[in-house]
Amino acid sequence: MTLLLVEQLGKEFGGVHAVSDLSFTIKSGTIHSIIGPNGAGKTTLFNLITGIYTPSSGRICFDGKEIAGRAPFELAQWGMSRTFQNLQIFFNMSAMENVMVGHHLHLDRRFLPSLLRLPGIARGDEKARDISAELMRFVGLEAYVKAEAQSMPYGALKRLEIARALASKPKLLLLDEPAAGLNATESREIDEVIEKVAQSGVTVVLVEHDMKMVMGISDHILVLDYGRKLAEGTPDEVRNNPVVVAAYLGGGAAP
Amino acid sequence: MASTSRWAGLGALAVFLAVLPQVLPNNYYVDVAVLAGFNAIVCVGLNLLIGYAGQISLGHAGFFGLGAYSSAILVTHYGWPPLAALLAGALLVGLLAFAIARPILKLKGHYLAMATLGIGIIISIIINTEAQITGGPDGIAAGNFTLGGFELKGERAWYWVIAVLLLVTVWLATNLVDSPVGRALRALHGSEVGAEVVGVDTTRYKVLVFVVSAVIASIAGSLFAHYTSQLTPTKADFFKSIELVTMVVFGGMASTFGALVGAAFLTMLPQVLTVFEDYEPIILGGIMMGTMIFMPRGLVPTISAFLTRRRS
Repeated sequence: MTLLLVEQLGKEFGGVHAVSDLSFTIKSGTIHSIIGPNGAGKTTLFNLITGIYTPSSGRICFDGKEIAGRAPFELAQWGMSRTFQNLQIFFNMSAMENVMVGHHLHLDRRFLPSLLRLPGIARGDEKARDISAELMRFVGLEAYVKAEAQSMPYGALKRLEIARALASKPKLLLLDEPAAGLNATESREIDEVIEKVAQSGVTVVLVEHDMKMVMGISDHILVLDYGRKLAEGTPDEVRNNPVVVAAYLGGGAAP
Repeated sequence: MASTSRWAGLGALAVFLAVLPQVLPNNYYVDVAVLAGFNAIVCVGLNLLIGYAGQISLGHAGFFGLGAYSSAILVTHYGWPPLAALLAGALLVGLLAFAIARPILKLKGHYLAMATLGIGIIISIIINTEAQITGGPDGIAAGNFTLGGFELKGERAWYWVIAVLLLVTVWLATNLVDSPVGRALRALHGSEVGAEVVGVDTTRYKVLVFVVSAVIASIAGSLFAHYTSQLTPTKADFFKSIELVTMVVFGGMASTFGALVGAAFLTMLPQVLTVFEDYEPIILGGIMMGTMIFMPRGLVPTISAFLTRRRS
């Protein structure tokens, strides 16, 4: 079943075409990677899909709904969440609270009951705490359940973002360079987390430079260059595509 | 904040407020305590906006003044009962705050600070110039607060009313901070886009907290109009707004008890340093700068972090 449909999508920044005439689909239950050289438009594409940018042209359908131009919080309500290449952690809160904010949509968040701390609010918070602790264990952060976000190392914060996104119970999770800045061991561990997420039934879209990771875990790969689709297919198809090899290694290196 | 430490804090505050009038030598000190109480109530609300949600308002004295003058005008010119005037003022301020915040808070950055700066100055000018109804620079007397057959007068009677109101305000504020709403506010302070992608409608929450803090200021203002013998425009001017922000920043951002300490300290300061009256803005500016340089998190969070470090 198609979960995300992108059709002739385009985004211009003052005459620069960051993304142009891009069409692809993402089936639910898969791990889908987007790769390409620096400046290929990967993060722009993420920002378009998640509602941070509004497309200049084209359409995006998520789960049967037209979503171009919708705010990120609305998309989260429909089941889409993401992480960021440059962390967007709430450093003024504890690690646990970061994940609890992720659960925001599934809690009673009416103003007056919150103000009076009615029993329902306290119960909801209790449940949110349990779910958050569970998710922190799921991504391998059991050591940080009581930590403040600002005292956590970089690699742990990357996982914290994944836990926070999962707490919103997404159907589609977009991960922007989850392995960037991690060492080989950490990056392998993130690998496992991503596969576990996919097995739990969440469709994953990945932007990543770590080719070993991409080739290892992806069901489907989309290659971008200068904001356009260069190639698409299974890891094997993409690996053996001469156009892709040329884009990565320079024109002369093509076999 | 864990719930046990919240109750401990509230209990300590209740005991302090109960004991304080017993040790104050005369009504002059009680008066200062009541004034500190008014400021503290406004600052607890303002701290939700500045400290927790990370939005700046440079016009909260305007909302305080609008509440105060609504009460004074409706009671003296139109013979409204004080409670009805207070509620009307709160409604007016709530609607005004909503009307300002809704378009402004869709934008990121310091637009709210600029807009509130403007609105505060406009309110102050109107109060000063519309002398037929506001009394202009001479001020206006709202008379005593009455409810049913009961008349509130005398510093000590006011003290108990303000003490209870302060306690209730602190209770509500700490409830809110430790709820899904409060977490959403703190989250949008930490990262707006990070909050958005997990479903937090950041604009809505920013508007909400702005309106709430403005309404709290308005209610405090309405009561103040009845407490003071003569309500003057200085209570609504730009300098008063800065004083309120300084109280929050000095006491400690994102710390409800910090707001109390900041309000109490900066209300007492001019009383202690009466000889320096003309230099008050300079002293206030010095305190603001000193706080930003030496303890950017404010007094109470800095001390509590220090104590936690010592203990471990």
